Amino acid sequence: MGSLKIENVKKAFGPVEVLKGIDLEVTDGEFVVFVGPSGCGKSTLLRVIAGLEDSTSGRVLIDGEDVSVTPPAKRGIAMVFQTYALYPHLTVKNNMGLGLKQAGTPAAEIDRRIGIASSMLSLEPYLERRPAELSGGQRQRVAIGRAVVREPKLFLFDEPLSNLDAALRVNTRLEIAQLHRRLKATMIYVTHDQVEAMTLADKIVVLNAGKIEQIGGPMELYNSPANEFVAGFIGSPKMNFIDGARLGETAKTIGVRPEHLTVDPKSGAWKGTVVHAEHLGADTNLYLDCEKAGLITVRIFGVYDAEPGATLYATPDPAKTYRFGADGKVLK
Amino acid sequence: MSTATRSLPRTIGAHAILLTYTAIALFPVILVIMNSFKSRAGIFSEPLTPPTPKTFDLIGYTTVIGQGDFFHYFQNSLVVTVGSLFFVLLFGAMAAFALSEYRFRGNTLMGLYLALGIMIPIRLATVAILQLMVASGLVNTLTALILVYTAQGLPLAVFILSEFMKQVSDDLKNAGRIDGLSEYTIFFRLVLPLVRPSMATVAVFTMIPIWNDLWFPLILAPSEETKTVTLGAQLFLGQFVTNWNAILAALSLAILPVLILYVIFSRQLIRGITSGAVK
Ligand SMILES: Nc1ncnc2c1ncn2[C@@H]1O[C@H](COP(=O)(O)OP(=O)(O)O)[C@@H](O)[C@H]1O
Ligand SMILES: [Mg+2]
Repeated sequence: MGSLKIENVKKAFGPVEVLKGIDLEVTDGEFVVFVGPSGCGKSTLLRVIAGLEDSTSGRVLIDGEDVSVTPPAKRGIAMVFQTYALYPHLTVKNNMGLGLKQAGTPAAEIDRRIGIASSMLSLEPYLERRPAELSGGQRQRVAIGRAVVREPKLFLFDEPLSNLDAALRVNTRLEIAQLHRRLKATMIYVTHDQVEAMTLADKIVVLNAGKIEQIGGPMELYNSPANEFVAGFIGSPKMNFIDGARLGETAKTIGVRPEHLTVDPKSGAWKGTVVHAEHLGADTNLYLDCEKAGLITVRIFGVYDAEPGATLYATPDPAKTYRFGADGKVLK
Repeated sequence: MSTATRSLPRTIGAHAILLTYTAIALFPVILVIMNSFKSRAGIFSEPLTPPTPKTFDLIGYTTVIGQGDFFHYFQNSLVVTVGSLFFVLLFGAMAAFALSEYRFRGNTLMGLYLALGIMIPIRLATVAILQLMVASGLVNTLTALILVYTAQGLPLAVFILSEFMKQVSDDLKNAGRIDGLSEYTIFFRLVLPLVRPSMATVAVFTMIPIWNDLWFPLILAPSEETKTVTLGAQLFLGQFVTNWNAILAALSLAILPVLILYVIFSRQLIRGITSGAVK
C-alpha cells in the first residue's frame, strides 16, 4: 500500500504549459524528493497528485487505481504545507483530529491516534493551545502531526522547512527522516534546496521548467549526472563549467566539481590568481581567476591559507571530469 | 512611545490637526443634539449655546414620542438596514469567494460586471424599479426596500471583499479540502473569519447610506406602515410651519442605532484575529 504512478501528466494554466509530460513511478515506502529551481512546477505536480488541481491530460494512479476523479479527501493522502496552514480557530488537538472527524472515525480512535502522533512529535504539552500561541517550529510539527494521524498511503510535503530558521530546519529535517523510518510510509517531498534533497531522499526527481531532467539516488545524481542542468544543480558549491574550446577539448563544455580540483602554488594544469577566499573551518572555498579556464571555484578540505592576489595552479582530477555535448547531455 | 521617532512638537502638531478635524466633523452633530434639548425660542435666539435652565425643554422628544408611531418607524429602519446589510454581506462574500477562488471562463468579465454598479447610481433606474415593484406587488413593503438596498450595496461589497479574499492563504483552503471539508465549510469556517475586518469595513460603508436614505422609502414605501425614520421625520417639516424641536429630537434619536451598529463593527475592524493563521 502506498505506491504512486504518474503517466504523462500535463498541466497548463491558460496558454502557459507548466508541466510538460511527467512520467514517474514511486514504490511503496520510498522517500522521493522533487527538487528544482523556483517556478519549475514542483508544487503544481504535488497539487495534481493531491487532487487540488486537475491535470490537463495524463493519469495519476495511487495503489494502481486511477484517482483522476477522486476528491483530495478520498485519495488516502496527507499534505504538509510551507505556510503550515493550521486552522486558526481550532486547538492543536482539533487541528490534528479534524480530518478524521470529517471521515467519521470514532472519537476513541481519533484520541488514540492523536496520542501517538503527539508523543512522536513531542506535542503533548500544547494540545489545548491554538496555533497563534505556538512558535514556527511547533506549528510545523503540528502540521506534520495532522498528516500523521490520518495514517495516509502517501505523505506530501511542500517545502515544509522553508519558513523555519536554519537551526530549526536541520532539526525538523532530522525529525522527518526519523518519521519516515518509523512509519515506513511513502513520502513525497518538494524542495528547491538540494541539500534537503540529498539528505532525505531515497530517490531524487530533478525537475526543470516542467520536465523531469533525471531520476536517481542522491549518489547516482552526484556521480553520474545525465546533463549539465543536473550537474549544476546537485552539489554545493556548484560545479565549474568551462568552455571546451578554451581548453582545446572537443566537448562543448567541461565540468569539474570544486572538490575535485587540487591546488598547488608551483605547478599545475591551470594557472590563476586568487580572487576571494572563504574560510569555513572544515573547508576552504577559493575563487580563482584562471588564464585558461576563467573564474572557477575550488573546495579544499580543512584550512588553507591563501591571500587574494596570490598565484595558484589548479589541477582537475581527470577521473572526475565531466564532458557535455552541445545539447547539454553528458558525453560517454 | 520612543522619543527617537516622535518629537514633542510633532506630536502636538498632529494632535492639533486631528482635534480640529474632529471638532469640524462633530460640530453639526453636536449642534443638532444640543438644540434638540431646547425650547423653540431657545433654538432661534441662541442656536450656538448649550441648553441653559431657561432654554432647556424636552418638548421635541415628547412630541416625537407622543406621535406614537415613531417607535414603529425606528423598527422599520432597523429591519431594512440590518436585513439589507445581512444580504449584502452574505451574497457579496459568496460572490467574492467564487471570483477569487475558482478559475472559470469569464471570471474577470464577471468580476467587472459585478463591480460596475459602483460607477452607475442605482437611482437612475428608479422608474424601472418602481414599475418592477408595482408589477410584483411589493410597493409599500419593507421587502422592496431591502431588495433595492441589497442591489445597491453589492457592487462595492463584491469589489472590496474579492480583493481581501485573494489574500487568504491557498494552503489553508487546500488543507481543508484534504481534510474533507466541503467548499461551504471552507467558506464559512475558514475564509469568512479571516476576512472579518474587511467585512466590517464593507458593513460600515453599506449601512450609513441605507439608514439615511430618503429617496427610496419616499418612492417605494411611503405608507404609514412602512415609513422609515428619515421619512417619518419629514412629518414635522411642514410647508408653512416646521416643528424644529421635533425634527432635531428625531434626528438625535436616529443617530443612536447607527452609532451602536458602528461601534460593533469598528471593534471588528480593529481586532486582529488573523494572527497565527499562517506563518
Ligand atoms: N493558479 C495558477 N495560475 C496560473 N499560473 C500558475 C498557477 N499556479 C502556478 N502557476 C505557475 O506555474 C509555475 C509553476 O509554479 P509552482 O508549481 O508553484 O512552482 P514551484 O516549483 O516553485 O513550486 C509558475 O510559473 C507559476 O507562475
Ligand atoms: Mg512551490
